[in-house]
Amino acid sequence: MQVALSNYLVVAGLLMVIGVFGIFMNRKNIIVIMMSIELILLAANINFIAFSGALHDMVGQVFTMFVLTVAAAESAIGLAIVVIYSRNRGSIEVEDVTLMKG
Amino acid sequence: MIANILFYIVSAILLTSAVMVVSSRNPVHSVLFLILAFINAAVLFLMAGAEFLAMVLVIVYVGAVAVLFMFVVMMLDVDFVALREGVQRYAPIGAAVGLVLFAELAFVAVSWTISPSATMLRLSPTPTDVTNTVALGSLLYTKYIFLFQMAGAVLLVSMIGAIVLTLRDRNRGKRQDVNVQHARMPVDTMRMVNAKLGQGAEIPAPIEEVL
Repeated sequence: MQVALSNYLVVAGLLMVIGVFGIFMNRKNIIVIMMSIELILLAANINFIAFSGALHDMVGQVFTMFVLTVAAAESAIGLAIVVIYSRNRGSIEVEDVTLMKG
Repeated sequence: MIANILFYIVSAILLTSAVMVVSSRNPVHSVLFLILAFINAAVLFLMAGAEFLAMVLVIVYVGAVAVLFMFVVMMLDVDFVALREGVQRYAPIGAAVGLVLFAELAFVAVSWTISPSATMLRLSPTPTDVTNTVALGSLLYTKYIFLFQMAGAVLLVSMIGAIVLTLRDRNRGKRQDVNVQHARMPVDTMRMVNAKLGQGAEIPAPIEEVL
């Protein structure tokens, strides 16, 4: 790996912070919240890959593969829930989701 | 040197497009910037030596997940401008949380070193004589075969779940009901008529359709 490990870590840290910021900033739009979650998972993947490259260990890449799998499954299920929710209630505002609020 | 310059350019585009994902007014633009972010992350993967995962990121994420996002954003008839209100209220909180998080990460990064014995503890060192795909495959299909199968199961469950969640029974047209068909008795549907010679049989009243 030609680029120093710390550079990757800084980029991944910034990416994760941007993702967390996006969750707070778009508190009403669940689709953008899910995109922010994708960004956070991408930051985790960059960390795994960077350590895998720096330490010459393949296990980081194997784990990244499973993280990618789970992230794809999560976004598919989440988007399906968003679709049926908007079909039933006509809105996807996060603050309107109060059905289970006692 | 050139690798460093390329790294800085790519990561600058990655971080800029990530900021645009969370701050763009139009969700369609958000999805397009998400695609740009994924492609740049794939370049970072390539530079770290994970060629196969870079291709997987492009194929799976840009090809499937981002398109899924785009599909949902365009399919839902939602007033996305109304969802934007309150951004000014929440942005300072988000910025504060983000700053705290980044400060914590920075503290960890400053006081952190790789132990010299870490290279001795490697589970499976990267082989130097084969390509990345061969190395990853020979690891996935032998040592991590159970996890690989479980990943497939997770994908299967999510696929079935998404289909079950979004399937709508619209009651359109006639459908076969196996229970009703099995419950049909000859008595209900058939009547024996004794036809007299030369007179024929009178037409019986039609049997009520069970189905």
